[in-house]
Amino acid sequence: MTQEKSPEWPLWEVFIRGQHGASHRHVGSLHAPDAEIAIKNARDVYTRRKEGVSIWVVPTTAIAASNPDMKGPLYDPSDSKPYRHPTFFDIPKDVGAM
Amino acid sequence: MYAQMVKSEPRDQSAEADAFQARIDAGEKIEPQDWMPDGYRKTLIRQIGQHAHSEIVGQLPEGNWITRAPTLERKAILLAKVQDEAGHGLYLYCAAETLGVSRDEMTEMLLDGRMKYSSIFSYPTLTWADMGAVGWLVDGAAIMNQVPLQRTSYGPYARAMVRVCKEESFHQRQGFDIMMKMAKGTQAQKKMAQDALNRFWYPSLMMFGPSDAESVHSAQSMAWKIKMNSNDELRQKFVDQTVPQAEYLGLTVPDPDLKWNEERGHYDFSEPDWSEFFDVLKGNGPCSVDRIETRKKAWDDGAWFRDAMVAHAKKHKTKVAAE
Repeated sequence: MTQEKSPEWPLWEVFIRGQHGASHRHVGSLHAPDAEIAIKNARDVYTRRKEGVSIWVVPTTAIAASNPDMKGPLYDPSDSKPYRHPTFFDIPKDVGAM
Repeated sequence: MYAQMVKSEPRDQSAEADAFQARIDAGEKIEPQDWMPDGYRKTLIRQIGQHAHSEIVGQLPEGNWITRAPTLERKAILLAKVQDEAGHGLYLYCAAETLGVSRDEMTEMLLDGRMKYSSIFSYPTLTWADMGAVGWLVDGAAIMNQVPLQRTSYGPYARAMVRVCKEESFHQRQGFDIMMKMAKGTQAQKKMAQDALNRFWYPSLMMFGPSDAESVHSAQSMAWKIKMNSNDELRQKFVDQTVPQAEYLGLTVPDPDLKWNEERGHYDFSEPDWSEFFDVLKGNGPCSVDRIETRKKAWDDGAWFRDAMVAHAKKHKTKVAAE
C-alpha cells in the first residue's frame, strides 16, 4: 500500500510571559495543527521548568518582519539624536534629583 | 559530537561572501533573513539536523529503562530527562527550519539514511548502571561541545543551545548521582557501575570525532564559527574533567596508558578504535538498525494521528467560520 504523504503541521511562533507584569517574549517556534494544540505543545516544550505564566502562539506566516538590508536607513538616524537620552543634559547637582 | 564528521561546503569567492565573513569575524550574529553563502546554509542544515536527530534518537537507549527504573523517583527523573531530550530535538529542528528545510524533510532524511545521528546512540544500554554512565559521560561530553556553541554565529542555533545547556546540567548530575549510588552500593552494584564505564568510555571519546587537525571541513566550519573548538581540544578537556570524577567514584577508567602528564598539564590517554567509529557511522553499530527501525515505526504508526489532527483542525475552522 502506498501511503499519501501527510500534510505538515503549520509552524507557530511562541511567546511566553516569564512573570506577572513582564511582557511576553519570543522563545522559539513549534509545529501544531491548530492554536489550541500549539498552546498545549508550547507548554510542554517551553515551560517544563516554570518559565512562564502565560503563553501566546502566532502562526509564523502571520508575522511580518523588517528587511535586514534596511538596517542602516531604519536605525542609523537615531545615532545623531543623542538628546533623546536624559544623560545628554548636564543638570547641576544643586538642582537635586531630576 | 552530536554532530560528527559534518562535511563542510567550501566557501564561495565573492564580495558578498567576504562581507559575510567580515560580519562573522566582527562577532555579529547571522539571522534567518540575512544573506548567507549557500555553503554556510547547507553545512548548518547538515550540522543542526544531525544534532537534532541525535537528541531524538538519543531518547531510545534511555527510554529502554523508564519502565525498569529501580524506584518511582528514579523513573520520574528519567522520564523528565528523556522528555528534555525530545524538547532539545524540537528546539534544534526549529533552528534548522529557519534555514529553509522542513522538519518532515529532515525526518525523512534520517529514516532513509541521508542524514546521520551521533555514533554514541548506536550502543545498547544493558543495565541500570548504563543510565548513570550515559548521563555522566554522554551528557558530559555533549556539554563540552554545546557550551561553546552558545556563541556560534547563527542566531537561532546559538539561542537553541542556550536553552539546551540550561537543562543539560541536570542530565549529567542525575547520571553521576546514579553512578555514586551504584559505586557505593553492594559489590554487585559496583561491578555493574564499572562495567558501564568500561563499555561507555571509548564510545564517549568517539563522540568528539576523529582528530581534525588537518581537516579542511573543520577549518571552514571554524572560520564560520559554527564549530568553536577542535575535536582533540574538547576530547582532552573531557578526559581531564572526567578522570578525577571516576577516581572519586572509585572506578577505573579502562585505559592502562592513562596517566597525568605534568609537563602538559593534561592526562595522556589512548585513542579509541577509529575503525569501530567509522563502522558505526556507516550504520553498523550494535543497535544502528534497531534505532532507525524504531524511529521509522514511530513515524509510520503516527501518520494517521498527524493526519487526523490536521483534519480536525480544518473541520473546526470551517465550523467556526460558519457560526
